[in-house]
Amino acid sequence: MRYCVQIAGVGGQGVLLASSVLGHAAMAAGHKLAMSEVHGMAQRGGSVLSTLRFGDEALSPLEATGQADLLLGFEPVETYRMLNLANKDTYIVMNLQPTVPVKVSMGAESYPAIDDIVANIRSVTDRLITLNATELATQAGKAVAANAALIGATAGVKDFPLERSLLEETLLETVPERFKEINAKAFQLGYETVRSAV
Amino acid sequence: MERLLDDSGKLLVLGNEAIVRGCIEAGVAFASTYPGTPSSEIGNTLQKIGQKAGVYFEFSTNEKVALEAAAAAAISGVRSFAFMKHVGVNVAADPLMTLAYSGVDGGMVILTADDPSCHSSQNEQDNRYYSMLSLLPMFEPATPAEAKEMIKEAFKVSEELKSPVLFRTTTRVNHARGVIELSKPEQEPAKGKFVKDACRFVNIPAFARMNRLKLLERSEAARRVSESSPYNTIEGEGQVGIITSGVSYTYAKEWMEDVSILKLGMSSPLPEDLVARFIRDKDMVIIVEELEPYLEDQVLRVARQNGISTPIFGKRTGHLPRAFEYNPDVISNIGIVPVREGREPLSPPPMTLPTRPPMLCAGCPHRATFYALKKAVGKEGAIYSSDIGCYTLGIQPPFETADLVMCMGGSVGAAGGFSAVTDQRVVAIIGDSTFFHTGVPPLMNATFNGHKFVLVIVDNRATAMTGHQPHPGTGRSHGGRDTPALAIEPLVKACGVEHVVTVDPLDVKSTQKAIKGALEHDGISVVVSQSPCPLELKKRRVLQVSTYAVDQDKCVKCYHCVEALACTAFYRDGEDVMIDPDLCIGCGVCAKICPRGAMGVVE
Repeated sequence: MRYCVQIAGVGGQGVLLASSVLGHAAMAAGHKLAMSEVHGMAQRGGSVLSTLRFGDEALSPLEATGQADLLLGFEPVETYRMLNLANKDTYIVMNLQPTVPVKVSMGAESYPAIDDIVANIRSVTDRLITLNATELATQAGKAVAANAALIGATAGVKDFPLERSLLEETLLETVPERFKEINAKAFQLGYETVRSAV
Repeated sequence: MERLLDDSGKLLVLGNEAIVRGCIEAGVAFASTYPGTPSSEIGNTLQKIGQKAGVYFEFSTNEKVALEAAAAAAISGVRSFAFMKHVGVNVAADPLMTLAYSGVDGGMVILTADDPSCHSSQNEQDNRYYSMLSLLPMFEPATPAEAKEMIKEAFKVSEELKSPVLFRTTTRVNHARGVIELSKPEQEPAKGKFVKDACRFVNIPAFARMNRLKLLERSEAARRVSESSPYNTIEGEGQVGIITSGVSYTYAKEWMEDVSILKLGMSSPLPEDLVARFIRDKDMVIIVEELEPYLEDQVLRVARQNGISTPIFGKRTGHLPRAFEYNPDVISNIGIVPVREGREPLSPPPMTLPTRPPMLCAGCPHRATFYALKKAVGKEGAIYSSDIGCYTLGIQPPFETADLVMCMGGSVGAAGGFSAVTDQRVVAIIGDSTFFHTGVPPLMNATFNGHKFVLVIVDNRATAMTGHQPHPGTGRSHGGRDTPALAIEPLVKACGVEHVVTVDPLDVKSTQKAIKGALEHDGISVVVSQSPCPLELKKRRVLQVSTYAVDQDKCVKCYHCVEALACTAFYRDGEDVMIDPDLCIGCGVCAKICPRGAMGVVE
């Protein structure tokens, strides 16, 4: 068995934290794993990608184009940018909350309509699941728990090989005591959103 | 991170943390660096746990100093470890080349963290050639777990040969994450003693000639070690042979089918006999290595010298690319060998997506400096000679304050050249850490030779881009040593600069005035623009956050703020300029530059 998660987002969004939680859960489940992440210059608000591969033979830190089992998109444009990492069988979980680049604010570039992004993805796959992680996190108590909602969403994806309880425990271990409740709630909301979509 | 100090157990760690654990298990007593991506987290980890692990660790002022200090430690008989990014080895190359002549007594490993694809670098030079140039042995790990074990082997080989050993990683090893198993650290001496031996350590010409011959002997001994190294192994059966090293091995191993792989963990000196035996009866051999045809050219030579006619494919035959890092797709597209089949990637309808280059953070004081600088320079313009650090991001509009970026310290040296041959105004921009690294000698050069330019030292009180490491301007407070901060202004004055002003860039008007004054000065003038990096303050939990918002009734939609300051916290909602409360840290610069005073602090 080999399973690959690609996580696309913007530097500073918590992509590293999410991949770390998934990685630790995969290790706890007894899998071999290989991961790669982006540090350094790109973390200053640039596009970032984390790769997690686990299973019997995972050795390479990178995955081939089109071979992701799950594409976890922290941001709509970044998800679209990385769509060629997915194939028709890949589940795509996408956060609908945009992070607007400065050049767009300056009026030099434009940000496409979210509906167009969603429609374009749906035109090539029926495995897109969308959620607004920021809204779910706000509902849970704090917008910064958006991360937890997306990890919860991952747990809800069909055939995802790691147990929901394991993912939740691993996530909560990384969270300070006073934020555990909010994160657990956000995790659950993310999980339920994906479950009800399937 | 503390768990890296345990005696047993399994941990999921970053490659750079695995390397630190390897050093701890190898009984390293001395470690030094100048921070640089992708090697930075090695230093950050040692800063936190080095002392507890019995490792003396320092952030040196530059890589040359780091290597010299580590060389002295190894010559004194302890195990020492110097590490840096690939271009850092250029800075350290001077001592490196002659240290190879002297050799060492305690084991010494010099890590070069190469960056194929230039993820965070100005070039993607292949530092395996430093091994060929210096005649020092070299190891190349493929994964974090292997890096940890291989470090120990590298120290063993170093002591066996009495030679420093190079250890070459790449971004996909340093910033890969994998599982390591902890084992008990070796007991190695923590204190050394230097025994004088002028013939070895004082390379005057007469001694250097003797040491050159000894170096050639050591290099041949190293080749014999390489021939039987446990890290040079053959796996798999097949008539197609693959020769590979570093992370490329993982792509070949997982994607190529029915091949026999010669994996070179100790890649220099090349185990020539082993290679000859491996390639002799193969139908064909493919060399899978990133960047230059380093192994390929040597394998071609070995084939020629041994009368072997096996076809050898790689970069020289156009089957594999020479530029940028490899990945599974590179292997899948090679075309001459069966590979693991993949599924068809999605090809969504083309959409024009906004670009997302790295940007100065919201509240970054560099943004305020650049705003003031552009105002002060005005329409007449200037050549902006910039340097390596966060402020290189000034290349982006609206500032465009980077017309030349070569190397650490290069801004000041180049400014002198521009001023000598052009009639254009010249502004050099350098960070605090970079100024201490290699910015001081060119500043002395400028006053010595009577150049004329403005040097803006953007002093954010940290080596910020690589993760806020300390430098002489901040003083150190780790590993049980506290040292005072070295002030920049007196140092600048001591370099012969008469016109020096220190300003707070968040006070935009004063900064603009100070830069204007500096531009009018005839000679070298220096503006120290000093304000701490908010991310660093945030890390230490001392950042006072307040949040600004735009009063839409006062705002006249002139868009001066978004066009001339372009803070990442701004966004547009229709006609309105908004400030993202999650990103704003309350630097207040937008409120100061708004012609209508429309920004203000909200609760």
